[in-house]
Amino acid sequence: MEKTNFRPNLRASEANVSMESCDDVIIRHLYDYKLDLLREEFDEENVRTTSSYQQLDVEKTIKPLFKLFTQCVEINLDEPILRRDKHVKFLKNCLYKLPSSYECLDASRAWICYWICHSLSLLDEPLSSSDKTCVVNFLSQCQSPNGGFGGGPGQDPHLAATYAAVNCLIILGTPEAYKCINRPKLKQFLTRMKAQDGGFHVHDGGEVDIRGVYCALCVALLTQVYSEEMFNNTREWLTACQTYEGGFSGYPGFEAHGGYTFCGFAALGLLKAEHLCDIKALLRWASNRQMNFEGGFQGRTNKLVDGCYSFWQGGLFPLIYRSLMKAGDTCLDGHWLFHHRALQEYILICCQHFNGGLLDKPEKNRDLYHTCYTLSGLSVAQHPPMGTDVIGTPQNCLKTVHPMYNIEFQALKSAISYFESHPYEAEENVEENAS
Amino acid sequence: MSDSSTSDEDNNEIWVYYKNRKEWQDLRPIPQNDGPTPVVSIAYSQKFTDIYDFFRAVVNASEKSERALSLTADAITMNPANYTVWQYRREILKALNKDLHEELKYIGDKIKEYSKNYQVWRHRQIIVEWLGEPDEELELTALILNQDAKNYHAWQHRQWVISTYNLFSNELDYIEGLISHDVRNNSAWTQRYFVINHTTQFTPEVVTREIEYCREKILIAPKNESPWNYLRGVLLHADRGLQDPRVVSWCEQLHSLGCTSPHLLAYLIDVAVEAGQSGDQSGLERVLQMCKDLATTYDRIRRTYWEYIARTIAQSKNQDNNPSGESGSYPSTNRNEDVSTNEQGDVVTFPKDQVLNHNEEGKPETNCTENV
Repeated sequence: MEKTNFRPNLRASEANVSMESCDDVIIRHLYDYKLDLLREEFDEENVRTTSSYQQLDVEKTIKPLFKLFTQCVEINLDEPILRRDKHVKFLKNCLYKLPSSYECLDASRAWICYWICHSLSLLDEPLSSSDKTCVVNFLSQCQSPNGGFGGGPGQDPHLAATYAAVNCLIILGTPEAYKCINRPKLKQFLTRMKAQDGGFHVHDGGEVDIRGVYCALCVALLTQVYSEEMFNNTREWLTACQTYEGGFSGYPGFEAHGGYTFCGFAALGLLKAEHLCDIKALLRWASNRQMNFEGGFQGRTNKLVDGCYSFWQGGLFPLIYRSLMKAGDTCLDGHWLFHHRALQEYILICCQHFNGGLLDKPEKNRDLYHTCYTLSGLSVAQHPPMGTDVIGTPQNCLKTVHPMYNIEFQALKSAISYFESHPYEAEENVEENAS
Repeated sequence: MSDSSTSDEDNNEIWVYYKNRKEWQDLRPIPQNDGPTPVVSIAYSQKFTDIYDFFRAVVNASEKSERALSLTADAITMNPANYTVWQYRREILKALNKDLHEELKYIGDKIKEYSKNYQVWRHRQIIVEWLGEPDEELELTALILNQDAKNYHAWQHRQWVISTYNLFSNELDYIEGLISHDVRNNSAWTQRYFVINHTTQFTPEVVTREIEYCREKILIAPKNESPWNYLRGVLLHADRGLQDPRVVSWCEQLHSLGCTSPHLLAYLIDVAVEAGQSGDQSGLERVLQMCKDLATTYDRIRRTYWEYIARTIAQSKNQDNNPSGESGSYPSTNRNEDVSTNEQGDVVTFPKDQVLNHNEEGKPETNCTENV
């Protein structure tokens, strides 16, 4: 193995180097050396196919970035740096005005609110109270008179949009944000979306898939309109989505997929029914999704890395860890069961747009969706149970997400205590009296 | 963003806004109500705004007419992901008792244009259902898969149509073509499992045939994960599971020839662990070394995973020396927990809670393999 001479003259100019920072430097030095050894290029085994060709193509675009990084880090010890200010600026610019290229996301504006507010909360950049009021007002416009939220004002309510809106309101965390949710109507909407077999339609006349189940379950639990009956047969429906590979598909029979696996396993966790699926197979599948060379995650076997799976796959590991712990597993040692440092490097070195915002992979465009899910994944990777472990400057450290809901921890706690002390039945009575 | 919403046809035709069309003068357009303090406001083109203002007016008047139908087509052109428009379009189709073959052609064109959009495939599914005619679906999905052999929506639609209308007969041949073109096409492997599961099922004869198929494909490129995963799927139906002697001896042979594919080693590890659980611990020492080799040499990105697996193996070894009744078995969740109790109690007990109080920068990684 080639041994590179890293970081000559480390902080030599600093006269008062304490013992602690010396140790720190040595540790960083060692770890960089280690990571460099770790990267393994794709082995085509002399069989070129479409899949291998595309994979090698991606590695070709990534290689120079890692190389550049090893040069940068010799000059600046703080590398890789999360370009916080740029990201915050990008996100705040999008909060009020979006260019016409966003017309294709006109039915996802509740999502856009969540992507922006969640990213900002992870960056510890809270919105002003007037900004918050604006977002709450807007999401109120997206709420259907029949319960649930649509992708935009006047659109039909949709479970995914409802999840996005409720999560966003919880992140905003003001009483007006909590009160904006019409919970008795929400409960009616959720009940209406339930399919007999235990799945959920995503909207009236819409498809049944595992996203629907996860979104319905999250909002039902968060706003405390959950009832056992509402999720009758759902455990069995979810379990049927686990494939022979170990991951979950969007609907029983299809291919295991990162986004759907997150939805499926998180939903089983929320229903306290993880034991109904094969966790060991899930763990094997999930850990195999981390890419040898890139360090990021792919969504499916033999597909390409994508920054958004930093959360959909990366977020599975806290859930798995928690399930194993609950089951009394004593072999866990405080590490996530994936390479959390390699993931941080992929995100920081390969997924940042120089002008703010994050992306799928190099040579792709930045967008709000990828900004949200790369940052969420970065947060998971920085906070293993053994304690925070941040690559690059300590300023890269993000707030902690609760991986089950993907909401920043403190915001989630506040919402829970609010909804606990304000049962929805009280609102139901008010509504009845009014009508 | 994946879909761009405007089309090039604007360049060729002169577009007349709905508000300027004589035949629409009876309807008053309804602007979008973003409330008093709009956020995430999209700079809609005039055309977009005009079409959607009239769409809202049509919905508001519950108008189900020919002109409303063609308006939905314009709204879809502007944004094919607007599920509300698709839903309303279906209501119009029903109300007018429209010729669904025409609609099938329309949605086919849309799918070719926006093959990664949920709404177009859902619409296709409903129209096929209404017609009860699945004749064109295999051809359409094959066309899309020809451009992108892993398009999730296309596979999903294909599975739906095949299982709903029992169109399994030529599917294995189709999959065979895809796998021989790209042995790493995991979607095709998944489809193979699906087809067999719904037709012959995994009878002993089929299991034998599929094991042979896997061996052949694994030998092409032993580091290719797809056939290894599929093999595990097949063996779920074999009497002895992973311990199937045909597979085990073949894997041992592969290993003795120097193959170090992580998937091969992972398989051998699981075989030894299973044997250990049924009392035969003779293989555990060797696979502990394999875990170490994977962690340090052959599969370094998954180091923490392999170190964890090594610890579970070491533990099951020790436990069997002190029998406790739970030896080597995978820990199962306490099933007696009351599921209907307040879920959020969970949130507070979540291990990450402790993390919030920690802040150990640059903590060195412990080398756990050494402890094994």
